[in-house]
Amino acid sequence: MSAVTTHHDDHAHEDHHHGPPPGLMRWVLTTNHKDIGTLYLLFALTMLFIGGFLAMGIRAELFQPGLQLLNPDLFNQFTAMHGLIMVFGAIMPAFVGFANWQVPIMIGAPDMALPRMNNWSFWILPFAGILLISTFFMPGGAPAAGWTMYPPLVLQGGMNVPFLIFAVHLLGMSSIMGAINIIVTILNMRAPGMTLLRMPLFVWTWLITAFLLIAAMPVLAGAVTMLLTDRFFGTSFFNAAGGGDPVMFQHIFWFFGHPEVYIMILPAFGIVSQILPAFCRKPLFGYESMVYATASIAFLSFIVWAHHMFTVGMPLAGELFFMYTTMLIAVPTGVKVFNWVATMWRGSMTFETPMLYAIAFVVLFTIGGFSGLMLAITPADFQYHDTYFVVAHFHYVLVTGALFAIVGGVYFWLPKWTGHMYDERLGKWHFWLSFISVNVLFFPQHFLGLAGMPRRIPDYSVQFVDWNVVSSIGGFVFGLSQLLFVYIIFRTIRGGAKAPDRAWEGARGLEWTLPSPPPYHTFVEPPKVTEADAHS
Amino acid sequence: MNMCPGALRKWALGLPLALSLASLSGSASAAWELNLPVGVTPLSTIVYDLHMLILWICVLIGVVVFGVMFYSIVYHRKSRGHEAAHFHHSAFAEIAWTVIPCIILIGMAIPSTTTLIEMEDTSDPDMTLKVTGYQWKWRYDYLEDGVTFYSNLAPESRRAIYEVGGPQERAEKYLLEVDNPVVLPTDKKVRILLTADDVIHAWWVPELGQKKDAIPGFVNEIWTRIEKPGTYRGQCAELCGKDHGFMPIVVIAKPEEEYRAWVEEQKQAQAEAQTAALREWTRPELMAKGEAVYASACAGCHQLDGGGVPHHIAGIAGSDVATGDLDQHLKVVLEGRAGTTMRAFGTELDDVELAALMTYQRNAFGNATGDLVQPATVAVARLNLGD
Ligand SMILES: [Cu+2]
Ligand SMILES: [Cu+2]
Repeated sequence: MSAVTTHHDDHAHEDHHHGPPPGLMRWVLTTNHKDIGTLYLLFALTMLFIGGFLAMGIRAELFQPGLQLLNPDLFNQFTAMHGLIMVFGAIMPAFVGFANWQVPIMIGAPDMALPRMNNWSFWILPFAGILLISTFFMPGGAPAAGWTMYPPLVLQGGMNVPFLIFAVHLLGMSSIMGAINIIVTILNMRAPGMTLLRMPLFVWTWLITAFLLIAAMPVLAGAVTMLLTDRFFGTSFFNAAGGGDPVMFQHIFWFFGHPEVYIMILPAFGIVSQILPAFCRKPLFGYESMVYATASIAFLSFIVWAHHMFTVGMPLAGELFFMYTTMLIAVPTGVKVFNWVATMWRGSMTFETPMLYAIAFVVLFTIGGFSGLMLAITPADFQYHDTYFVVAHFHYVLVTGALFAIVGGVYFWLPKWTGHMYDERLGKWHFWLSFISVNVLFFPQHFLGLAGMPRRIPDYSVQFVDWNVVSSIGGFVFGLSQLLFVYIIFRTIRGGAKAPDRAWEGARGLEWTLPSPPPYHTFVEPPKVTEADAHS
Repeated sequence: MNMCPGALRKWALGLPLALSLASLSGSASAAWELNLPVGVTPLSTIVYDLHMLILWICVLIGVVVFGVMFYSIVYHRKSRGHEAAHFHHSAFAEIAWTVIPCIILIGMAIPSTTTLIEMEDTSDPDMTLKVTGYQWKWRYDYLEDGVTFYSNLAPESRRAIYEVGGPQERAEKYLLEVDNPVVLPTDKKVRILLTADDVIHAWWVPELGQKKDAIPGFVNEIWTRIEKPGTYRGQCAELCGKDHGFMPIVVIAKPEEEYRAWVEEQKQAQAEAQTAALREWTRPELMAKGEAVYASACAGCHQLDGGGVPHHIAGIAGSDVATGDLDQHLKVVLEGRAGTTMRAFGTELDDVELAALMTYQRNAFGNATGDLVQPATVAVARLNLGD
């Protein structure tokens, strides 16, 4: 990025009249993309720990047969809320946080295109989170019908039903606003010379993700609104006794739900595609095919939804259609994995913490992809469906996939964001503890599912004891290891070795031309980007 | 967010037990299970083969991809002085790794399609079994023979749920035992119709190789042909509320002749039950039967000791309903309470069972009303309520 302009003069000039206002109101009123990115990331971290606490409760109850800690109803509340909080509170906001911090400084924009809406879309989140979590303290407790909220069961919930629905609406609004902002920023605010096919892959994946969000979230809003009217206004959308169709909810939900899966994984692909070339000291292999693969995954994500519901009794033609389309997703996903491996091939690799997370992502996400392919095979899915095999599958893609990419991304850009290097030795400890324990936690769940253990049960028969003990021990270690993550982050915020502008030897891209930490306002004068800068 | 009583202490007591089990259970028969059962039907066998085929293909691809990757990690590292190459695309490689996966996928799709077509062919059955899911039990109707019964979690399992202690002290079939198992003939094509009364359930016995949702307002179909006599166990697989984990399925497959004998037995028992409703029952008879009915129909929610669940489900012990007006009590049990999980039991239980249950509830748990309820009383109450 040698041709980038005179940013040093810019920020010197900016600092003295555009610094952040002091105190708490800075965070409440902020329209600055870096502040809002930080808020999103801290919110996601908090939710990660609340959702993680629930997961620890689940693993503790499943540590041995019989009921010891949670009664069955509370157990169901834990599993439902764990899913809702992790999906809508932790993973999605974390990626929006990355987008806020990184998209402007990666495309050479001064800020997000719609800064006030940016503030709003963040500040909706804490209220939605509080609404959702407050249901634990209501008579009848929290939602207990799974994060998928299938009727008729979810409508048996007590006071929590309207709170759940309103919280989902708020979370959806926040996501849609965030997505609009990201699209407008990327399409309108790129620096001169930053053509679409010169954008960093992280920006590309987020552009596509944002379109998925805009298409999918309103569908979820519609589905939960129908739940609301079924419960309170006498409609029978999903009530068979009133002429409705309980399966229709599942179709609508998964029409949102499968794109949602990619909303949670495409930005992860983007982060990994930034990290790998930096530590391989070699350009990303197959940049354009990465872009096209991402776009085709996004397209396919709208025509595969019913693979989540092969057991509802669809016609044979429907089952075949959804089996074929789902299998087809393996092709673009495979292209991505092969491109990452080809990026590593004949590189000059070093293995700092972000790289370790990126490699772990490629391996473990691929394992999740393999089990996904197995689940696509309808006749076999009849055996796997709603067992721990499915639980293992989606935790491989969401924990060792999405979450590992998030953690790797944090280590990768933390020096840029804070101006300090994190403690590499602690980072490696965090990685190895997480990597080993997460596999001890989730790999045995494949066995449990195949051996016949259904998901979402608070107690099990004695044949399932052994692997549950192993899985719980892995879970406790994994959970505790994340305390180390928090410690490392806060230590890095407070101090540490000074990070250079280009924190990593092999890192390429506009953000590394800025000082670490970057001044409050950056790229007020847009940089000029050449072909050589973009793909070198 | 209340926890179960004495919870932490019990859990901690179990820790060493669970751990020691984990290390010792190499000898236990069904422990450390890794894979799908092959099963005992033609479908379960081909599904198993399909599963293994896809699994091995995935393992193979994994070995190749991760092999290349780890080679690269070992040899292409800076600490070995490896200089980075500068290539960043290759049309040949990119086309190859798009086309080859497509071919592999077609190879997987063909056996999957033929298997699926076979699974969905429920035509020409030898007999039909209708399965209805309830919160939280199964009802089985043998359509040709008119045999009907409910199948609940066995009381020994229910009692064991909250017991102190580790896995060793639990019954071998803990949570996988029912009071009334389904009996099916071997070597017959059995069509199974699935539906539900309240929420969505799913009927799954792994060794039969099939799982299908039981959905209120819908009737789904699967078929099976069990080739080996034996007892096969499964569970409800779709989250259906509080006791989702406690509605097991037990299928006993018997040779045709034994199966016919069983059907005759059931028919006779049902006829006897009808005449039993006409006679007077004694107190000990009613209390004994009532206890059994309570354990299967009520204890899931109201608990075996009648204490209910604090803040959640009313207790029976000392409750106004169970110690108050008999007609009111009968009305609640027959019709349920709208908008709550208290369901109507009028269709589920017959007059004898209800009479016994009422007698039991009104005299057990310290509810010393002294009332004795006869089947005839229940029959009259049904008429009055237009049930
Ligand atoms: Cu999906
Ligand atoms: Cu069920």
